[in-house]
Amino acid sequence: MDKSATLQQAGCHREIIRLDEVSYAYDSQTILSDVSFRIMERDFVGLIGSNGAGKTTLLRMIVGLTRPQKGSISLFGTPAGQFKDWNMIGYVPQRNHFNPLFPATVREVVLSGLYGRKKLFKRISKEDVSRCEDALGALKIRDLGDKKIGALSGGQQQRVFLARALINNPKLLILDEPLSGIDVETQQTFFHMIKHMHQRHNITFLMVSHDMDMVRSYLGQEPKEKSGKLSFYVRHSHDLEDCDGTDLLHSLRKEG
Amino acid sequence: MDILTAEFFQRALIGGALIAITAPLMGLFLVLRRLAMIGDTLAHVSIAGVALGFLINVYPVAVGLLFAIVASFAIELLRRTYRTYAELSIAIIMSGGIALASLFFTMGKGFNMSVSSYLFGSIYTLNYTDLWVIAVVTVIVLATVTLHKKELFLLTFDEDAAAVSGLPVKYFNIMLSILTALVISASIKIVGALLVSALLTIPAACGLTLARSFKQAVALVVIIGELAVLAGLWIAGESNAAPGGTIVLLLIAILIASIVAKQLRRA
Repeated sequence: MDKSATLQQAGCHREIIRLDEVSYAYDSQTILSDVSFRIMERDFVGLIGSNGAGKTTLLRMIVGLTRPQKGSISLFGTPAGQFKDWNMIGYVPQRNHFNPLFPATVREVVLSGLYGRKKLFKRISKEDVSRCEDALGALKIRDLGDKKIGALSGGQQQRVFLARALINNPKLLILDEPLSGIDVETQQTFFHMIKHMHQRHNITFLMVSHDMDMVRSYLGQEPKEKSGKLSFYVRHSHDLEDCDGTDLLHSLRKEG
Repeated sequence: MDILTAEFFQRALIGGALIAITAPLMGLFLVLRRLAMIGDTLAHVSIAGVALGFLINVYPVAVGLLFAIVASFAIELLRRTYRTYAELSIAIIMSGGIALASLFFTMGKGFNMSVSSYLFGSIYTLNYTDLWVIAVVTVIVLATVTLHKKELFLLTFDEDAAAVSGLPVKYFNIMLSILTALVISASIKIVGALLVSALLTIPAACGLTLARSFKQAVALVVIIGELAVLAGLWIAGESNAAPGGTIVLLLIAILIASIVAKQLRRA
């Protein structure tokens, strides 16, 4: 790997995620052993692995839901245990993750992306509501705003969860199998949408998937790194001159 | 008509109206988190506490509450040991509660009558202490839920997402357990331990079929709870029927009506 080239563009390209010799075993069965990897700002990382390769475990460790038994994880240069700025991370869970009968509208779900630690004792402001409208608009689902989340199609639900993840204007977007359980055409539209975001906006992506074709088409044929049964495919985007990053929702809507 | 002006009946109405706000509300959160049966379990453990209260001559509702809180923590602990088998921990604690209750029952045969009032409910025997307890529980539950309605929504809808956005999920789970224990121990004297779970889960079941949003679901469960409790008390008072049973049967009637309404709306 050409280290000097990486350093040269390091000006606004800080380290977003750093895994150092992370290991995890469940009931004496090793799931991850000594995984080390760095994700730099504006990388698009595809994390590929078969079932049981530890993709989900790794993801859960990165977002703080599971602790590594060995090794360490840092987010935005801070050890994960002390990391507080969770609003910088957008998270799109696996689609089959929620109860389809749950009585909630699309608007309620998207707005819930804002309910973090920072908002703990605060009311929902007018600005929050307008951010929610922007997020719905950016993903072209404003007309679905009052629909019950369980009544939507798979592709529409996926957009809702992406809108929820984007409402905080995140710097890192984590997607867990976003393409599973939806038809091929919708998959392509959705993947195109995230690719577009990666090329034009200051967001770093970590996407877990088992869909090799789609990932390879954007991230290249060979993984940058392999660790056990996990492969990391990476594509870096530096078309963007302006590293400060504008408000994502506004610019997404303008492009709309 | 004179029953409506009787003091014991008015106490029953006030106590019932308060519990009809909090029980369906907590029930909605439990049902949505797939913990519907927890109410039944806590109620049965609570009965063991009530029996012990009679035995050692301490205010039974308070001992029942203590038992319910301990049980809810035990369920959380077991739930972590048997991940994805939440119902297993609930079943184990429930049998433990019934076993303890039966032990305490046989130890003090003389109080069988009073205990049965907690099993099937005896809303007409509510005294002013009971009313105060119910009022305080209502205030605590409403204040906490209003303060944290955003977080409770996210936690209920997607616990992982709540954790990722930095919410103290563990603290919220403990808070929900304690609130549930509070509501159940306060309501067992009203509908009885055997029927408490109906007041928790049936309004939520109606809410799931009818509501289009979370806000609507919250309003709906409380309205349905109030409707069943107040109408049930009135019908039971007029016709001299068992109040707890009447309330529960009314709840089931409302559930059937809402399922039918949903089918008609779709057609």
